[in-house]
Amino acid sequence: MLRSWFRFDPGRRRFFSLVAAAVGGAAWAAGNASGQTSHGDHAQQETPPTNAASAIMGDHQIAHGGMITVGEVDNARNGFDPDALLTDWDGGIVEILPDGMTLRTFEVEVEDKEIEIAPGVFFPAWTYNGRVPGPSLRAKEGERLRIIFRNFGSHQHSMHFHGIHAARMDGVPGAGMVEPGGEFVYEFDAKPFGCHLYHCHAFPLTRHMHKGMYGAFIIDPDPALHPEHEEVARSRLLGTPENAKWQEMMMVMNGFDTNFDGENEFYAANTIAHCYAKKPIRVSRNMPVRIYLINVTEFDPINSFHLHANFFDYFDQGTTLTPTLKTVDLIMQCQAQRGILEFHFRDHEPGLYMFHAHQSELAELGWMGMFDVVEDVT
Amino acid sequence: MNGTENVAKAPPSSQGNGGRWLWLLPPFLLLAAIVGWLFATDQFANLSRGAPPIENLTIERSVLEDGRMSFLVRAGGSEAMAIAQVQVDAAYWQFVQDPMGTLERGQTAWISIPYPWVLGESHTVKFVTNTGATFEAVIAAAVPTPTATAGQLRSQTLIGAVVGILPVTVGLMFYPALRNVGRQGMTFLLALTVGLLAFLFVDTLEAAFELAGAAAALFQGPVLVLSAAAAGFLCLTAIGRRSGTPQGAALAFYIALGIGLHNFGEGLAIGAAFATGLAGLGTFLVVGFAVHNITEGIGIAAPILKVRPPLRTFVALALIAGGPAVLGIWIGSMAFSPQWAALFLGIGAGAILQVILEVSLYLVRSSLSGASVLISPVSLSGFFSGMIFMYVTAAAVKI
Repeated sequence: MLRSWFRFDPGRRRFFSLVAAAVGGAAWAAGNASGQTSHGDHAQQETPPTNAASAIMGDHQIAHGGMITVGEVDNARNGFDPDALLTDWDGGIVEILPDGMTLRTFEVEVEDKEIEIAPGVFFPAWTYNGRVPGPSLRAKEGERLRIIFRNFGSHQHSMHFHGIHAARMDGVPGAGMVEPGGEFVYEFDAKPFGCHLYHCHAFPLTRHMHKGMYGAFIIDPDPALHPEHEEVARSRLLGTPENAKWQEMMMVMNGFDTNFDGENEFYAANTIAHCYAKKPIRVSRNMPVRIYLINVTEFDPINSFHLHANFFDYFDQGTTLTPTLKTVDLIMQCQAQRGILEFHFRDHEPGLYMFHAHQSELAELGWMGMFDVVEDVT
Repeated sequence: MNGTENVAKAPPSSQGNGGRWLWLLPPFLLLAAIVGWLFATDQFANLSRGAPPIENLTIERSVLEDGRMSFLVRAGGSEAMAIAQVQVDAAYWQFVQDPMGTLERGQTAWISIPYPWVLGESHTVKFVTNTGATFEAVIAAAVPTPTATAGQLRSQTLIGAVVGILPVTVGLMFYPALRNVGRQGMTFLLALTVGLLAFLFVDTLEAAFELAGAAAALFQGPVLVLSAAAAGFLCLTAIGRRSGTPQGAALAFYIALGIGLHNFGEGLAIGAAFATGLAGLGTFLVVGFAVHNITEGIGIAAPILKVRPPLRTFVALALIAGGPAVLGIWIGSMAFSPQWAALFLGIGAGAILQVILEVSLYLVRSSLSGASVLISPVSLSGFFSGMIFMYVTAAAVKI
């Protein structure tokens, strides 16, 4: 009869069943001689707490009101910085072939690596080039691509490119699947232009995806091939003066299931939960913004991107030079869906403008950030 | 390890007692040497095989104040662990840990989260460790943790009195009416007492195991409970048998003590359910508990029907049996860690078992037919009446 009165567990699904013990008063606890941590300090903490090691101050603290991860990720130990990932394009090595064709060669190596995905939380990742997401491979439409792929990981892996290529180059079992210690060279032409991705296609696919084996694969349009939209194509082509007028960035929306229960504990753009909330992305009012947005989130049917106080044009999969959606402030993507967002803050006052998934849960578990809109980025 | 009388006869080379103590050194030296060698050479490194450490985190207490939740957590993994992040209702929140840093095995810390919790609603708190493992605490229905205010204490005392002291008093008031029962009636009443005590024993033990299950693994809940029960049983036996076998008023006090320990547990449970907002403790439930406990008074009165104790004895008996319910509600509504409650209820279960034994022996002694009285129709009907009454009235307060 007593037992039911002691039951504090509504019987939810849990990793380890825990029953919260009965609650108690600080006053009583302070005098509780059970040899446990004194409750006295706790009772005196009247100020809003900030972790001493990571007090986040300033305007953007107000924006999240304490609903944020505590502390900072050691980017140096991780070997990649989410700030740098935004614009870290990997152009490989370029040479001109005898027939006049451009050959672009990339080198990608798989490495098992424990990475810090949120302050103090370590995840046993499988990485391309020691980073999650892997290198943002960027090429021009029509170039010959050669990706030298070496697997130094503990499992078989591959690179499956979303693009057009021969069956032999597909990165599925029997076509470029590489055993540990092995090497394979993927070779195909860069087409169609757009915002694409690559990921490992070893089985089980779920595990290989969610362990971090994905990256951006961006093919810029060749302006010569698109006379009707030559200006737009030129603005997309990395290295042109027109392109330099844009503030481009790459975001891979991903998540991590740290306790392997089939649900993500952390969400982010570019791996590190809340990284752009703690260190907002500085953008200038005077230049348009272009985001290459890619969703690789495992375990959730969709992910989304919502921009505060502004609207953007969207190019689904980036394969068109005119928007597929005009004037929206929210887009959804299922896994492997991606696209290009274009907007500007020309008519806005400087300040912090939030962006996040508009599934609240995903946002509150790390996938939210801010643009710090300023006059000019120095 | 100190019983020198167990040490084998000292060899002739040793010099008196000092030599005897010297012989304790070799086993300890051997143990120290082997353990030292194992740590120094890390013989078991190949056994880890890259597996992550086993982690465990027990939430022992939770405190809700205005705009803040605090939890006392105890680490219980195979290695030191760290709480990296804290989710409330699937959102990461800032928190403060006191003391800061990694938690050694068995160490506790308070995690305090500024959070606008909602009165009467459920909240789920998830602690994410450095390896990404998660541990959950569920607030079934958020209510402010009671603090020891005068008004709070008054209402809790009233509930405790109604649940504990009142029914025992009512049961004891049957005393004059029961005085004239014959030998058979006496047998029936004593057997009834055994029956209700048997119910309370099972009930207390079950609650103790429930709490033991909620405690950190390192407390080894079930062993703790049963060891405590054995200790409770033996200590009470030793005390009770100092001056022969208890009977009359002494036996009544024993029964009152056993019942009091159970009622303490009952109070603890009511107070805890109250404080966690799990139970809206309505009048009906309080009255249900009161009716359920009336038999306890009758049971206490049984051994003193043939003596005429002064009134103060009755007052003392009612306070010993019923008073602990008040105390239990006070403590239960405030914080307690499950292992302490489990330990206490274990002792209580052992004590109740001892009282069952004493009452049974008293029944045998006071009957003409010896031990066979225990299986006489009157005894059995008394025993089952006690059990069934408790069972049926308990149904009213089942949640």
